[in-house]
Amino acid sequence: MVAAALAPQAPSWGVWMRRNPTVVGGGLILAALVGLAFIAPWIAADPLGFDPLDRLKRPSAAFWFGTDQFGRDVYSRVVYGTRVSLIVGVSVAAISTAIGLVIGVLCGYYKRVDDSVMRVMDGLMAIPAILLAIALITLMKASLLIVIVAISIPEIPRVVRLVRSVVLSVRAQPFIEAAIASGTRGRVIMTRHILPNTVAPLVVQATYVCASAILTEAGLSFLGAGTPPEIPSWGNVISLGRTFFQIAPWIIFFPGLMLAVTVLAINLVGDGLRDTLDPRIARRM
Amino acid sequence: MTAYIVRRLLATIPVMVVVAMFVFLLLNLTPGDPAAVIAGDDASPAEIEGVRRKLGLDRPLWEQFVIYAWNLARGDLGTSIFSNLPVLTLVKQRLEPSVVLAISTLTVAILLAVPMGVLAAWKQRSWIDRTVMGISVLGFAMPVFMIGYLLIYVFSIELRWLPVQGYRPLAQGFEQTLRSIALPSIALGMVYMALIARITRASMLDVLNEDYIRTARAKGVATAGVLLRHALKNAAVPIVTVIGIGLTLLISGVVITETVFNIPGLGRLTVDAVLKRDYPIIQGLIILFAGVKVLINLMIDISYTFLDPRIRY
Repeated sequence: MVAAALAPQAPSWGVWMRRNPTVVGGGLILAALVGLAFIAPWIAADPLGFDPLDRLKRPSAAFWFGTDQFGRDVYSRVVYGTRVSLIVGVSVAAISTAIGLVIGVLCGYYKRVDDSVMRVMDGLMAIPAILLAIALITLMKASLLIVIVAISIPEIPRVVRLVRSVVLSVRAQPFIEAAIASGTRGRVIMTRHILPNTVAPLVVQATYVCASAILTEAGLSFLGAGTPPEIPSWGNVISLGRTFFQIAPWIIFFPGLMLAVTVLAINLVGDGLRDTLDPRIARRM
Repeated sequence: MTAYIVRRLLATIPVMVVVAMFVFLLLNLTPGDPAAVIAGDDASPAEIEGVRRKLGLDRPLWEQFVIYAWNLARGDLGTSIFSNLPVLTLVKQRLEPSVVLAISTLTVAILLAVPMGVLAAWKQRSWIDRTVMGISVLGFAMPVFMIGYLLIYVFSIELRWLPVQGYRPLAQGFEQTLRSIALPSIALGMVYMALIARITRASMLDVLNEDYIRTARAKGVATAGVLLRHALKNAAVPIVTVIGIGLTLLISGVVITETVFNIPGLGRLTVDAVLKRDYPIIQGLIILFAGVKVLINLMIDISYTFLDPRIRY
């Protein structure tokens, strides 16, 4: 009975949510954005539809976010852009986490592969992410898939390092030695004892990768080296608005605002997850 | 110490070899025909063949690599496909604006962010702390081009205090350069400030809880003295680490900032090369930037020994 009273009580969901209002806020915004991406066809007009008579119109009741230089509705383009950003963010997070996890576990567990693979990772990490993506995009025909792959590659070494460090520290613990001594097979040790320990830091890392991927995609498209121009991504909308910035700032303002809100929401959720899952780092930040 | 520096310098060689091999293999192993992609959609077969020859793609892989490695070893970063100028010449022409931008961004960010972090830690949970943390969270979320356009809108178009875009070289006078570089530095510095302020606060919070801080206070050392001489000095290692990480973030940011503000630096060179698909330029810039990044990391590692005498190599 005494032991039960002394055991740290996990706070209930309600308490946790009241203690982390920013996470709840971020989560709600994120849910709204996902909803927006799904119902885009019902709440927005054709993002490619244009009318030369409606060029560079100010925001009004007919065009909530104004129109661009081809007379396209910026609101519709921004709503559809939500899809592109979320697809890129989630795909990059998933791809780089999955590949990084496999490589990281192998590196942490097998000394033989570790040295050479980590040298390659060091080299990859030395290349600025945006330049690596730019190089890939220069050599291939632009498509959303290429953009996703190009943004994923520079993220992989970071995930590998994270996973590897977790694996190395878990491996050094006595219970792994005991498992090896009692004849547990390598695969079982890996899946039952080591992998579960990588989940918490990976989930946190994945949210940050997702946010940074969304920013990178927008940056690449802004430079004209990203998503093909016929796809309405926020970066593309902003890129086109560049030349008309002084007379039609709304073309840039609205997609930029959505971008900032999206990244902010994901970061807030990430911070909350980090505080909950990894209190050791949380106290420091 | 010298032995350590030499050892670390030697250790950068394999990293750079991996970088060089990677950009080389990228050109050769890309699915599809890079020569056709670079030549463009309406290129004739003869033009595609011309690009292929210029890139050396018509030779066997090993021969290409030997030529490429030999050129790199001699400091030849390659030749632009379109202008036929050596990449190194193009880089030299564009170097000044980027270096000036990087230095002024670094200065602005450190001068603003470190005091912000120190104040936030000193007055933890006060409105100052909340404001600093708020700015930091926003700094991470705002894309650099948004900050750039907002600054241009407010300070150049509405208030007319500063030029809208462009760069004035140092040769035309330092003040003109500063005016042209002010807004880009702030725009580019935001993420960086967010990062430095955050880590300064965290690192200071750790140190301020130490016993010797209480001793210093009890001795009657003035608050400023405690914060700067006793606390900040000991909180410096993580701050310097993050300044180094940030410098590499800066390299990516420079490309976008130079486009927003129309600054003819290395970033513009990169973007122009992408639009023309001039791969040798991009290849050369990657090697150059990677080299800078590796050297920065090396310098940071060495600086630890000066900041914290307990760290010995």
